[in-house]
Amino acid sequence: MSDNAIEVKAIVKKFGDFTAVDHISFAVRDGEIFGLLGPNGAGKSTLIRMMVTLLQPTEGTAVINGFDVARQADDVRRSIGVIPQAMTSDLELSVEENLLIFAKLYGVPRETRTRLITELLEAVELTQWRTKQVKLLSGGMRRRVEIARGLVHEPRVFFLDEPTTGLDPVSRTAVWGMLQRIKSQRDLTVLITTHYMDEADKLCDRIAIVDHGKLVALDSPGALKASIPGRDPDSVTLDDVFVHYTGRDLRDALQEPSAADSPFMIRR
Amino acid sequence: MSRAWAIIERELRRFRRSPMLIVMSMIFPLMQLIVLGYAFGGNVKHLKLAIVDQDGGVPAVKIRELAAAVSSGARTLDLVDYTDQGIAMTDLRNGRVNGVLTIPPDFSRRSLTNSSPRVALISDNTDTFVSATMAGTVSSFVSALNAPTTPVRVEGAAGLDVVEVYPYVPYIQYLLPGSITMSIFMMVMIGGGIIFIDDKARGLHEGYLVTPITKLELVAGFNISGTIKAVLAGAVIMVLGSLIAGVPSPLDPIRLLRMLLVVTITAFSLISLMFLLMVRVTDPLMPRAMFGLLNTVLYFPSGAVYPQAGFPDWMKVIAAVDPFTYAVHAFKSLLLKNTGFGAIAGDVLFLFVFSAVAMTAATLLFRRTL
Repeated sequence: MSDNAIEVKAIVKKFGDFTAVDHISFAVRDGEIFGLLGPNGAGKSTLIRMMVTLLQPTEGTAVINGFDVARQADDVRRSIGVIPQAMTSDLELSVEENLLIFAKLYGVPRETRTRLITELLEAVELTQWRTKQVKLLSGGMRRRVEIARGLVHEPRVFFLDEPTTGLDPVSRTAVWGMLQRIKSQRDLTVLITTHYMDEADKLCDRIAIVDHGKLVALDSPGALKASIPGRDPDSVTLDDVFVHYTGRDLRDALQEPSAADSPFMIRR
Repeated sequence: MSRAWAIIERELRRFRRSPMLIVMSMIFPLMQLIVLGYAFGGNVKHLKLAIVDQDGGVPAVKIRELAAAVSSGARTLDLVDYTDQGIAMTDLRNGRVNGVLTIPPDFSRRSLTNSSPRVALISDNTDTFVSATMAGTVSSFVSALNAPTTPVRVEGAAGLDVVEVYPYVPYIQYLLPGSITMSIFMMVMIGGGIIFIDDKARGLHEGYLVTPITKLELVAGFNISGTIKAVLAGAVIMVLGSLIAGVPSPLDPIRLLRMLLVVTITAFSLISLMFLLMVRVTDPLMPRAMFGLLNTVLYFPSGAVYPQAGFPDWMKVIAAVDPFTYAVHAFKSLLLKNTGFGAIAGDVLFLFVFSAVAMTAATLLFRRTL
């Protein structure tokens, strides 16, 4: 078995005539925190959705924990945790009930459920809120519920699709801190997409920049900064790296109408 | 199938925390039962009948006396005397009276000479219930006028004796089977279809789809939880409705058990139908828009409010495949006739086959990916 938790080879996703992901290949090593950067409509979410079995690739393959996403989808699902972009916790249920239902959906044995849920609630600092309905919690706390929910079956690979989008700076910092702490306590590989360059810079071991469905750069934050010609790597930021590889500023890109969003949103 | 139970558990925990959903899905059928049951179930009374007596003879006076007897007894008619036929007709057209009974000038002469005496009833037939009631009432006292004053010792004409097998069934009891079915349908739509699509639109289903749950487990989970919710609604309306409608022995345990079986299979067939219709829907407006349409297409052709024998052929075809038809028939058999399983076996079999087909089709159509 290879050292890679994720291996993506020439993966393509088309919606009709539109190519959302265009022959992207990369690998994520076991235990790595891997960041996917790119504006809305770049293809990040589509790429993640193929890796977590929510979308069938049009071409190419993705192997997660040694399981092919097309042929061994259930094995992939058992070995991964997923936090989708939207807040998908059940607002009517309590924090603990949300975790309990997902533990059952993943087939976690009865005797380990309670221990796992207690440990996770401690890890995301929600122990005192365990009996509260999720609708009573703040946005940052709901995100932490989802992080705990995604880990309730002890996955080996954790996919997070823009987990801090829409959160205030304090909640964002708390979520990232929590992820780092959980990562340090578990044998976990993390693949995360984000818009926040500074956070990706601090947290990710390696970063892939995706634009218009293509992989335009992939390396460690330091190496990406060093790849900018004629600049002192210490003064270069990931924003500069993004401009260099995509030819535009991330904020501009975020405000562009997204061709990729439309076909995807229609399909949802 | 343990994952299906997780879906059921989640749905029922949510349901328990939504008292408004429970109340709303029961209030509408109960209100419908009470309002329609009492609005349509009463006898028509106080219809205004204008009498224009252009004759004034003894036979004409006798007709007026018979009309007055109906007016003071059953109170079906309120009599208004007119001397001018034209004014009476104007008042009929303006809605001040419901009918005009004209006794022509030669009525007494014809009556006494046995020369086919006739009176005329001109009625406002824009309301067929009213005009039919009025025609029936006037016919009855005109017939009484023709009856021999001395009874015939040995009757030669054939007579008809009507024997009713069951006690009198008021309209509110006739409506009750439809109201129980409607309460099940309401819960299926509100607690099943609308919540299912809203959850899908909010992305909650994405959370399920990344778990190892199978298509069958997901569909079964949603169907069984929807069935449990709908059975609760149906059972409550079954008991409350029976008490309100005055069904004899409403708490007879054997009948309640049989009713519960029909409630359960009806709930399962309707939730399977709903899930089949919603399995590929993503727009939250769709189930809300379909609610009214399905209500009309399923409820009215079922025979819940009007006998199917009066339907045109095309509507009989709809009624034949409508699960409401079989549920209403089974509830009628149990509630109004207190029959055994023999009378409802066909209904239960249809609903079971319908559920199996709808659920299988929904499972096949369900997409495991986005």
